[in-house]
Amino acid sequence: MGDHHHGPAKGLSRWLFTTNHKDIGTMYLWFSFAMFLLGGTFAMIIRAELFQPGMQLVEPAFFNQMTTLHGLVMVFGAIMPSFVGLANWLIPMMIGAPDMALPRLNNWSFWILPPAFLLLASTLFMEGGAPAAGWTFYAPLSTTYAAPSVTIFIFCIHILGLSSIMGSINIIATVMNMRAPGMSYMKMPLFVWTWLITAFLLVAVMPVLAGAVTMMLMDVHFGTSFFSAAGGGDPVLFQHIFWFFGHPEVYIIILPAFGVVSQIIPAFSRKPLFGYDSMVYATAAIAFLSFIVWAHHMYTVGMPVAGELFFMYATMLIAVPTGVKVFNWVTTMFRGSLSFEAPMLFAVAFIILFTIGGFSGLMLAIAPADFQYHDTYFVVAHFHYVLVPGAIFGIFASAYFWLPKWTGHMYDETLAKTHFWLSFIGMNLAFFPMHFLGLAGMPRRIPDYALQFADFNMVSSIGAFMFGVSQLLFLFIVVKCVRGGEKATAKPWDGAEGLEWTVPSPAPYHTFSTPPEVK
Amino acid sequence: MAEPQPQHGKRSNGRVIAWCMAGVVGMFAFGFALVPLYDVFCEITGINGKTGGRYEAQVTNQVDANRTVTVQFLASNGPGMSWEFRPVTRSIKVHPGEPVTVNFYAENGSDQAMIGQAVPSLSPAEGTLYFHKTECFCFNQQPLEAGESTEMPLVFIVDPELPEHITKLTLSYTLYDQSQKAEVSGAAGAAKTTNNNG
Repeated sequence: MGDHHHGPAKGLSRWLFTTNHKDIGTMYLWFSFAMFLLGGTFAMIIRAELFQPGMQLVEPAFFNQMTTLHGLVMVFGAIMPSFVGLANWLIPMMIGAPDMALPRLNNWSFWILPPAFLLLASTLFMEGGAPAAGWTFYAPLSTTYAAPSVTIFIFCIHILGLSSIMGSINIIATVMNMRAPGMSYMKMPLFVWTWLITAFLLVAVMPVLAGAVTMMLMDVHFGTSFFSAAGGGDPVLFQHIFWFFGHPEVYIIILPAFGVVSQIIPAFSRKPLFGYDSMVYATAAIAFLSFIVWAHHMYTVGMPVAGELFFMYATMLIAVPTGVKVFNWVTTMFRGSLSFEAPMLFAVAFIILFTIGGFSGLMLAIAPADFQYHDTYFVVAHFHYVLVPGAIFGIFASAYFWLPKWTGHMYDETLAKTHFWLSFIGMNLAFFPMHFLGLAGMPRRIPDYALQFADFNMVSSIGAFMFGVSQLLFLFIVVKCVRGGEKATAKPWDGAEGLEWTVPSPAPYHTFSTPPEVK
Repeated sequence: MAEPQPQHGKRSNGRVIAWCMAGVVGMFAFGFALVPLYDVFCEITGINGKTGGRYEAQVTNQVDANRTVTVQFLASNGPGMSWEFRPVTRSIKVHPGEPVTVNFYAENGSDQAMIGQAVPSLSPAEGTLYFHKTECFCFNQQPLEAGESTEMPLVFIVDPELPEHITKLTLSYTLYDQSQKAEVSGAAGAAKTTNNNG
């Protein structure tokens, strides 16, 4: 293990044994990109099957495995690890710390991820196939009727949960204990704030998910009846427990993206962020509300009217802090001296498209309307509008924004803008028609559909292929930037603020060994 | 490499880890606590049509002869259950407050001994709290030899407090095959989740 004044070790052992936050951040980011391509491949298979009505390419059972794995790999393999990667790279540099608070734990929390996903992917080749109950794996579909691979799946979820919890504890400890002198909580960059709150959410809900899959495991193998009506359990209980985890989970996915957008919008508006304090409070409010709205995913299970109303109003209340954030970003841009480099393009698209996704969320929040929309493609359109231009555009924006700091080279701006426009058009082509399909009644998670849905599905598939292929361009841009390019200065963006821009580009292997003074 | 030192010494990492681990363990336990909490919540509110356990009839129960409520009975089989299972009385008009006895018929047409467990559900759910069972075959498992048949009694009282607008109650039973379950889990499994289906 290298000591403070030397560079990284050589060879494979550098990556295997590293405790350096930059190395671990890099590994997280590459791993999540690999998972993004894997999950994307599953999506391509789904869209290829749905290109035309009728059964074309795959068996229905395999189609179900694809929708399930696509969801699981994208949520747990692509989005979450990429934000942990960003946290590893950026949080220590943003708060003026030499490393994460618990470097060895950091190494573990990364290295247990690849085996977990290898196991999950291997279920595809097992007897009975991969899990096929959807990423929400409702019981009894995931217990009584599941393929034997469900046991492997449960084990994977346990490992992923462990990794997330260790990562979160590390981030909490880092932010609480490692801030440079003068870096008070209310001076922290918003990315650090949103991650701190996200980490608390993770610590609170990942154990509940672990509990849910443990109960599944016991139902499957040890004869208990947590989710089996025959033995006195209740399948609806599974949905309650799952969504008690699942709803905070969607904020776990989006809050760090709120954070990066709050860093990028001011940089390219050349103005400080409007309403910093209200951003912090809005983030905390969203995190709190996320715990009391879970049953809005379950309006159709037969809740009493009082329950429907409570969850409906609580859900709509989330629009208030979210609105505060959107208005703050727009106000930050207002009368700013704007320029539209790739990070800013992705950030602006984030604001517009995430707001569309938020509005369709409001429509779904209305319980009586949801009876109509439930389990249709409208839901698929909604959550892809908050996840793709929300979380994923947030990740693209941060990749372009900080690539010069990470690699020491500027990325190719023309190619990056091409990547943006291809992604933007592809993504909207893929997901906007799904709104219409859902309103017209097309159910989700089916490999075949009625003829009247044919045209929109074809448009949607073409958009999806376009979005998918353009991510290979992103890979090319990143590789090109890592290998060379115009030298980046310490602060390549003239409007950017923050401690990470005070160190040279590329950031040295060890930064802030002596803490900076924050005024 | 040297361990990064906490620069303020405000809090040690150990304390943060301890608090977080306490949170993790607590939330894991909370996930399991949701199971009994959910049952209690459903029992108190009557949501989801889970009718309560054995009801002790009170002598003070007034029969409201001016009011008539129709009670309908449904019986269906859970997945893989081969028994013939049906209500002997399909529909009955009762006065709130009077105890009524009805029978359900079950016949094991298979060639081996089996165990059945009936799980009730009442609709509308709002009426759940006002439907009392003083005796029910669903309180226990029902074993039947191959080819054996039986009539299983249900004694119930509709509470006089039943909201005015409810004039009809539908009680549905689903019969599950418990033969496999009993072999696999034995007493240990049965103790884990209680069988007080009422």
